[in-house]
Amino acid sequence: MSEAALPPTRIALVGNPNTGKTALFNALTGGRQKVANYAGVTVERKEGFLTTPGGRRLSVLDLPGTYSLRARSPDEVVTRDVVLGRLDGETAPDVVVAVADATNLRLVLRLILELKAVGRPMVLALNMYDIAQRQGLRIDLEGLGRELGCPIVTTVATRKRGITELAEQVDALVESGALATDNAWHEPSAAEIRSAHREAQRLLKAYVRPPERPDTLTGRIDAVLLHPVAGLVILLALLFLMFQAVFTWAGPPADAIEGGVAWLGGLAGEWLPDGLIRSLVVDGLFAGVGSVLVFLPQILVLFLFIILLEDLGYMARAAFLMDRIMGGAGLHGRAFIPLLSSFACAIPGVMSARVIDQKRDRMTTILVAPLMTCSARIPVYTLIIGAFIPDRTVGPGLNLQGLVMFGLYAAGIVSALAVSFVIRKVFWRGAVEPFLMELPTYKLPSLESVLRNLWLRAEIFISRAGRIILPLMVLVWVLSTFPGPPPGATDPAIDYSFAGIIGQALQPLFAPIGFNWQMVVALIPGFAAREVAVAALGTVYAVGDAEANVGALGARLAEHWSLATGLSFLAWYVFAPQCAATLGVVKRETNSWGWTAVMFVYMVALAYLASFVVYHTAVALGAG
Amino acid sequence: MHETVGAPVAPAEEGASAEGLVRLSQARPGDRGVIADVRADHATAHAVDVHELERRLLEFGFVEGAAFEVLHQGLFGADPIAVKLDDMRVALRRRDAADVWVRLEAAR
Repeated sequence: MSEAALPPTRIALVGNPNTGKTALFNALTGGRQKVANYAGVTVERKEGFLTTPGGRRLSVLDLPGTYSLRARSPDEVVTRDVVLGRLDGETAPDVVVAVADATNLRLVLRLILELKAVGRPMVLALNMYDIAQRQGLRIDLEGLGRELGCPIVTTVATRKRGITELAEQVDALVESGALATDNAWHEPSAAEIRSAHREAQRLLKAYVRPPERPDTLTGRIDAVLLHPVAGLVILLALLFLMFQAVFTWAGPPADAIEGGVAWLGGLAGEWLPDGLIRSLVVDGLFAGVGSVLVFLPQILVLFLFIILLEDLGYMARAAFLMDRIMGGAGLHGRAFIPLLSSFACAIPGVMSARVIDQKRDRMTTILVAPLMTCSARIPVYTLIIGAFIPDRTVGPGLNLQGLVMFGLYAAGIVSALAVSFVIRKVFWRGAVEPFLMELPTYKLPSLESVLRNLWLRAEIFISRAGRIILPLMVLVWVLSTFPGPPPGATDPAIDYSFAGIIGQALQPLFAPIGFNWQMVVALIPGFAAREVAVAALGTVYAVGDAEANVGALGARLAEHWSLATGLSFLAWYVFAPQCAATLGVVKRETNSWGWTAVMFVYMVALAYLASFVVYHTAVALGAG
Repeated sequence: MHETVGAPVAPAEEGASAEGLVRLSQARPGDRGVIADVRADHATAHAVDVHELERRLLEFGFVEGAAFEVLHQGLFGADPIAVKLDDMRVALRRRDAADVWVRLEAAR
């Protein structure tokens, strides 16, 4: 019988947020990690493996941070259910490792008392012990361990100190045959929470001597960063920098990816015989892969900022500063990062809504994120504005075209706030979640953990989002390609395809908002990504290489469309969910076709309504 | 038990009670003191019931006897507030802070 055949001993890391739990997880398991989702929920399941000095194989679960086993968010429900052994597909851990920030013990002691009641063998890891020592904080480890009835190990996860000792303690605990006792945990009442606080207070008094040199750095930094005026100015400057970086840093690699994929597609095209297979590979698969991967640089730059700010401890401050502004529309302070990200692209925006721990607030944020004007709308706006809005000055420094562009951005922001307000009224019946948030002490992020986290985001985006986005891209290709044109056809091939047939069939529906059938046909391939509409309009109006030839296409559109139709098309693009990739990511992040459908339907409805109002107003004013 | 702390009987609209307690939602930056009573009694539309809000406040360390100091407030409507609670910092909205009654230390 070989050692390796035995199932590994399962341990679970449990602790408050901001205690360095994930750093400890990384230090324990190194690169041997796998990330998946818990069955049926969108909570990330991070598992890693290691072999202890005693030769025992351990599987380590990094559970979401929590202040209580009472579980208020989906993440915390997972923590509770794993610890209690209640979660489908998960066995209760053999050993619970409680992770505590040694400099901030009060709240975690109360959590540890709850964990004690669960009855699983437990080890307490006092993390960030170096900071505690530097502050002159003294902890009577032996006494505290005796009272809590569990071994205590001091660790500095970021420097990998105390990791071996922790593994040895787990080993010793399993070796000694410590078994789980009966679970005596139940959801504590307010009175029980109070009495646990008193017990924690007693333990602190008896075994912990307050720091001789308490941390004053956080207070001094906060005096600036949380200053009502200076704090907001610094936040805006940071956001500006982040925005700039997304566009400037991500531009060249995005172009390189686009070029590289197109080159590979061309190469593959040369190998394949002319015909359907080649069209599928080049126009369907390669163009599909390219249109997904091209978002990757933007996503990485954005997440680099988000991870850095989160690890520094700044994100909670930003949420504090923005809470009142977001709160007016019924959004959580933390919603502003996802919404801001959505100006670049809704995909990283929707993904970064993970920073919001309340489910309702997170759903609202995801639902309105695609209303922010993403960079893919810019080519469409530029084309239509160039074709229909005269380039003239309407005031000092005010250009009419620029003004319209600004109006389109403003329409996106205002509608996002309005829609979130309505969502709160309709779906959450006006209820406002309490806003309680720890402002953690500032810490220097570790390079290793930032890079690991960034890699994780990239992996998740490519593998899982790709699984949904790619098939949608291929579907759009099928619709625009089949059936092929009859021999001797003179009109563009797309007119004869399913897209053409659907477009012409749907045209009566779009007639009230001033769309002709060519526009409706262009909307179908334009569903792959917003900017594809430019190329699609080029195809239906037979303007070759429309993206490089916007002027010619614009002139062609101005001949065929009235001003009212042009404005109606702009209004459509402010609201319409013309992006299969976003819908794919929303499905993944909400884990629900229902919510994805809600988003699709409300956006189509808004787009139709806006176009209808714009078209008829313009016609009434004589622009028909 | 918090019932023994001498729960204030002031109606929800009023800021101060007979025992000289005030709601944390009335405190300004620089105010410090001790938390005297945590008792959710709000009438506004909350996503959670009063008992749940009380337990959440308690879990974040807003518990009778804890020392606090209001550190910062937001620019608009002076909301939310950042509070130093023993050795940690917590941000909360004034509407949630209304359920925490405090005894203020005399002005420094």
